[in-house]
Amino acid sequence: MSTTQSSAEQSTRSARRPGDTIFAGLATGAAFTILVALAGVAIFLTLEGWPAITASPEEIGESNIIVYVWPLLFGTLLAAALAMLMAAPLAIGVALVISHYAPRRVAGIVGGLIDLLAAVPSVVYGLWGIQFLAPKVLPFYQTLQERLGFLPFFEGPATSGRTILTAAIVLAVMALPIITSISREVFLQTPTLHQEAALALGATRWEMIRMTVFPYGRSGVISAVLLGLGRALGETMAIAMVLSATGVVTFNLISTQNPSTIAANIALKFPEASGISVNVLIFSGLVLFVVTFLVNFLGRWIAGRGQVKG
Amino acid sequence: MNAVETAPEKTYTALPLVAPQLPKWAPLIALLISGSVAGLVSLLAGWGLYAAAFVTVLLFAIVLPAWSRGVEGARRSKDRLATILIWSTFGIALIPLVTLIWQVVENGAPALSAEFLTYSMRNVVGEGGGIYHAIVGTLIITAWATVISVPIGVMTAIYLVEYGNNRLPARIITFLVDVMTGIPSIVAGLFAYALFVLFFGPGVRMGFGGSVALAVLMIPIVVRATEEMLKLVPHELREASYALGVPKWRTVTKVVLPTSLGGIITGVTLAIARVAGETAPLLIIAGKTDSVNFDAFSERMASLPVFIYYSYMQPGVPPEFGQERAWGAALVLIVLVLFLNLLARAVGRFFAPKTKR
Repeated sequence: MSTTQSSAEQSTRSARRPGDTIFAGLATGAAFTILVALAGVAIFLTLEGWPAITASPEEIGESNIIVYVWPLLFGTLLAAALAMLMAAPLAIGVALVISHYAPRRVAGIVGGLIDLLAAVPSVVYGLWGIQFLAPKVLPFYQTLQERLGFLPFFEGPATSGRTILTAAIVLAVMALPIITSISREVFLQTPTLHQEAALALGATRWEMIRMTVFPYGRSGVISAVLLGLGRALGETMAIAMVLSATGVVTFNLISTQNPSTIAANIALKFPEASGISVNVLIFSGLVLFVVTFLVNFLGRWIAGRGQVKG
Repeated sequence: MNAVETAPEKTYTALPLVAPQLPKWAPLIALLISGSVAGLVSLLAGWGLYAAAFVTVLLFAIVLPAWSRGVEGARRSKDRLATILIWSTFGIALIPLVTLIWQVVENGAPALSAEFLTYSMRNVVGEGGGIYHAIVGTLIITAWATVISVPIGVMTAIYLVEYGNNRLPARIITFLVDVMTGIPSIVAGLFAYALFVLFFGPGVRMGFGGSVALAVLMIPIVVRATEEMLKLVPHELREASYALGVPKWRTVTKVVLPTSLGGIITGVTLAIARVAGETAPLLIIAGKTDSVNFDAFSERMASLPVFIYYSYMQPGVPPEFGQERAWGAALVLIVLVLFLNLLARAVGRFFAPKTKR
């Protein structure tokens, strides 16, 4: 492929027309716009977030910016991690249904339904979470508190459904499609010969999947989960609507005192913010950007490494 | 009797060729048993539908593998258990989808009317009013976002496929596009705000800012989709064009792009569907208003997602009307997004490249 392209390039180079130069310049320019845009995101957020670092305690409302951001970061990580605990097994299962269990025609429908889940706007998930899910899970939380109340996670008091656990469930639903679609692609790429060899040795379908599909797809699935995590970390509206946050740092998942998340905090406070509090919120956005950047970077890196190996 | 039984049992020299298997209808029987037991128990204990379904699946996941373990052995039993668990993940994943659509239709349908679609919320307190201003806002903001992101996205994809040659700059751009895919939407909104503050001063709100934020989210999707499509164009087409002495840029614009046009339109439509439902960036930079605003370059501009958010969270007094409007707008938004998705698929199928695959 590369040889034909480069030879074609050489033959046109002898008679290079102005149209070619302009077009190539436009294409390159567009590509570097992306570089500039991404750098711009980092630079402008830093510029506008910087005043928050030097702001006085009474302007922030906390003793300094780290004390302000830390509980939010904790909530963000907690909600996203919980969401991944729920979404990852489900997504891998659904991906297996599509790739190995369902007949081809059914698999197409299953894939379409999961894509539908991805198409629903986050604000609608918020509506669903606050009006449907939160009241439905409340009895379940009360049971949890009665039976498992001795665990720090389920101390309660479970009087409201709008807890961090509910928010995590909504996040899990939202992250499910992305994990599923990437895992599905990886599972489908498992070499047929490996699978047939396993089956020929008498392996059951599950043993075949454990022996060939999982080892082959491991890095792909890990990167899929990391990309889903990136999505869950940055998700805003569903959490802003579902979670009734008080900004505490706690592992108690079903109480009325819930940690907030960075994104939800920005969405709730930004419209009414002015002066230095805008800079504080932008700084927290910068923190979120860095965290999601790292998570996505790691995910892509693992995916890329897996590709080279495969 | 004793004499008859003892003799032949110990003389096996080879394993039997066929292992004992459960009959084909065994899963059905097991499902029926667990379903009826669960139904009976939930009737007696007064559980709801969800609990009954959950117990059914749980019983099924115990009964069938146990039966299979007795007849077929541990390995097959494990296989059956895995099959049940994996299919049930799909069932669980369907619950949110089904309940969500049901909720949106049930709560949203009563709100829909001609007035709802053609009136704004200006000077409306309590009942009445509509989402005209939000629909207009969403259309204008999304249109501007498309105008910004499609040229950049398509040209970037052309650079990556036609000019990049997989050299270092192209690989860096590919990587950055991947990273850009993961930018949280609220960060894109903050970026647009931070950018516009430099020109218009603090507290800036305008629809075009929302378009910039949405474009940041849209560009990577457009690049990805276009790139995939351009890669599908057979090299023979390009070579044939070069052989006729056509310059490269004419080859790209007259041969490569038309060949992949269907796929690119599909990708762009999907990207529009994706960003049309974005709330967070618009909440920050486009703001909220009750009036119709056709000018993207000045003043606040309403949009459907932001309208939904505010109508539900700050419904006013009494709250029913605001919340009903929120659900109505949610129904309109979902229909819009699903329509775009279906349109994208139809376009994709209609223009599907006729290559060997």
